[in-house]
Amino acid sequence: MAVRERLSGNEAVAYAIKQINPDVMPAFPITPSTEIPQYVANYIANGEIDTEFIPVESEHSSMSATVGASAAGARALTATSSCGLALMWEELYVAASNRLPIVLALVNRALSGPININADHSDSMGARDSGWIQIYAESNQEAYDNFLQAFPIAEHKDVMLPVMICQDGFITSHGVENILLVEDNLVKEFVGERDPKHYLLNPNETLAVGPYAVSCYYMETKRGQREAMINARKVILEVAERFQAMTGRQYGFFESYRLEDADYAVVIIGSAAGTCKAAIEQIRNTTGKKVGLLKIRVFRPFPEEEIAAALAHVKAVAILDRSEMFSATGGPLGAEVRAALYQAKGKAETVNYLYGLGGRDITVEDFCQVYANLEKIAETHEITDMYEYIGLRKR
Amino acid sequence: MENTMEIRWHGRGGQGAKTAALLLADVAFKVGKFVQGFPEYGPERMGAPITAYNRISTEPVTVHSNIYDPDYVVVVDDGLLETTDVTHGLKEKGAVIINTEKKKEELLPFLHGYQGAVYTLDAKAISMQALGKNYPNSPMLAAVVAVSGVMKQEEFLKEMQASFQHKFAKKPEVIDGNMKALELTFAEIAKAEKGGVNS
Amino acid sequence: MISERINENSPWQDITEGNKIFEAATSREFCTGEWRTSTPVWNQEKCKQCLLCTPVCPDSSIPVSDQKRKDFDYDHCKGCGICAKVCPFGAITMKEGK
Repeated sequence: MAVRERLSGNEAVAYAIKQINPDVMPAFPITPSTEIPQYVANYIANGEIDTEFIPVESEHSSMSATVGASAAGARALTATSSCGLALMWEELYVAASNRLPIVLALVNRALSGPININADHSDSMGARDSGWIQIYAESNQEAYDNFLQAFPIAEHKDVMLPVMICQDGFITSHGVENILLVEDNLVKEFVGERDPKHYLLNPNETLAVGPYAVSCYYMETKRGQREAMINARKVILEVAERFQAMTGRQYGFFESYRLEDADYAVVIIGSAAGTCKAAIEQIRNTTGKKVGLLKIRVFRPFPEEEIAAALAHVKAVAILDRSEMFSATGGPLGAEVRAALYQAKGKAETVNYLYGLGGRDITVEDFCQVYANLEKIAETHEITDMYEYIGLRKR
Repeated sequence: MENTMEIRWHGRGGQGAKTAALLLADVAFKVGKFVQGFPEYGPERMGAPITAYNRISTEPVTVHSNIYDPDYVVVVDDGLLETTDVTHGLKEKGAVIINTEKKKEELLPFLHGYQGAVYTLDAKAISMQALGKNYPNSPMLAAVVAVSGVMKQEEFLKEMQASFQHKFAKKPEVIDGNMKALELTFAEIAKAEKGGVNS
Repeated sequence: MISERINENSPWQDITEGNKIFEAATSREFCTGEWRTSTPVWNQEKCKQCLLCTPVCPDSSIPVSDQKRKDFDYDHCKGCGICAKVCPFGAITMKEGK
């Protein structure tokens, strides 16, 4: 029997860490992820877990120490947000190219500047090319469930890549919601122990990690990383299947919500997907219009073909980005989804909106407006407001 | 969404409005509801106006936006009325509950012509009478439960008793005082309802 | 030899995961002595075996056994001349070329 609880997203992730009892957690505090190492430190102080907590002096150091611990053979993780992730930049790439199965609890928050502490995806979207697997959550439940699946994905012998488990700062990290927790013994069984093939603390094997790779090795190394990302696709689904067998909760690359018969679809990442679902119910119940949602869970590796197939039948799609990339042509999710549709010779009209930057709220009414726009675009085949910001004040 | 009750809390940083919202989520969870309790975040500054929210439902809640058209509004500090339009978006069939030592008539001019029910509660006086200390959270929590009917009063009292017993395991002497504060509040709200609460 | 297994002609599939190297001191296989344009010469008569030259050699190219230095390891000596500079007895001189 699952344990019925109510927890904030940060509490849920900290609880997952407690259940996993990792070997090493180096961490440096930054809002809104601070509570995660704080709660874990409490568990350690209370003798509930025996994780080695390393208080470091910066995020550059927390990821460096996590890399070192993981290379040594430990199951290692850390948590951060926003500028903390930015300060890890160098080590993010090192962790991925060294093929270390690290897990990072990322609580999404806008990057400075202007200085802002609220939710958007500019931190993790900036790190999308670092070679990390990225998994996003709509709710506290998903943040918890995704976290339990992280190590089995990362440590799989065909993957051996770091995994970033993302949730929206404050909206889920500090919001208390109902949640179903998995029993400790089942988590232990599901996550298991790390059994590294090669590790620095092995006295029976000579090993050097992270050598200099000149140009005649660098490109071959990158191709190896790509292969691991390709393998991750299969492993992510296998782990999700095993998770479903344990909990009954189903996960894939994305969630299709009332999409099967939809004429108009929204593609989105994160907590706002829940608000979009409420809009869908409202529209379907009041007007009968066929509106649906494709909520991205796995952004890296990017499930290009599956997304295109799921959207093949819709008339118009709005792709909603929670981060700017200043290409002046929209956001990162918009670019990749539109590329996927183009490659699949998709027929749907597409529009790319930006929303929720720096914590700007998005409401059920906003989504209703998006669907109304889509209906008009599908009718007229005229897109007048591509790359629009939702909720922007205008003269 | 029809089965969802939305509550907005107005307070000042450090006064415990966020804690009260989380407590309400907690007790509603314990009686079997689907809950959300979340603050509207910004830099933490003691004394600055803050807002916190609850969604309480008989079915899972997926909406993750703030609350703009609440069913109920709770004001923890009447000093906010001058600067904050606390009844903004508040449904007319709902109610606003204000913690104040003042008479209701003195506060009505600050409610921007709100046509729904207005409750005032002197949470400080109740807390002083029951506990000898000013902890206004418990009375405000009881008031919102009584006014909104989000759960049965007996259920609420039972869960709060259990919660206090857990929280004050080392200070059992304050449990009775806290429970008394809740009961006094229920009596106050009942009295107000008898006397008519429409503004 | 690691260079027989992985070298600049290896296909990507043969590169180890994360470029891990499962051997110690693989730099021995790389003969940096080829880079030398100036060569230290050891005069055994003048040498007092004080061993000041050994620790300053950046390429560990002055082997020591039984507490005595031996002749240079010319496979790896890059000819930097630090040993000649540090020798108090003029027992090391630099000559042009290999």
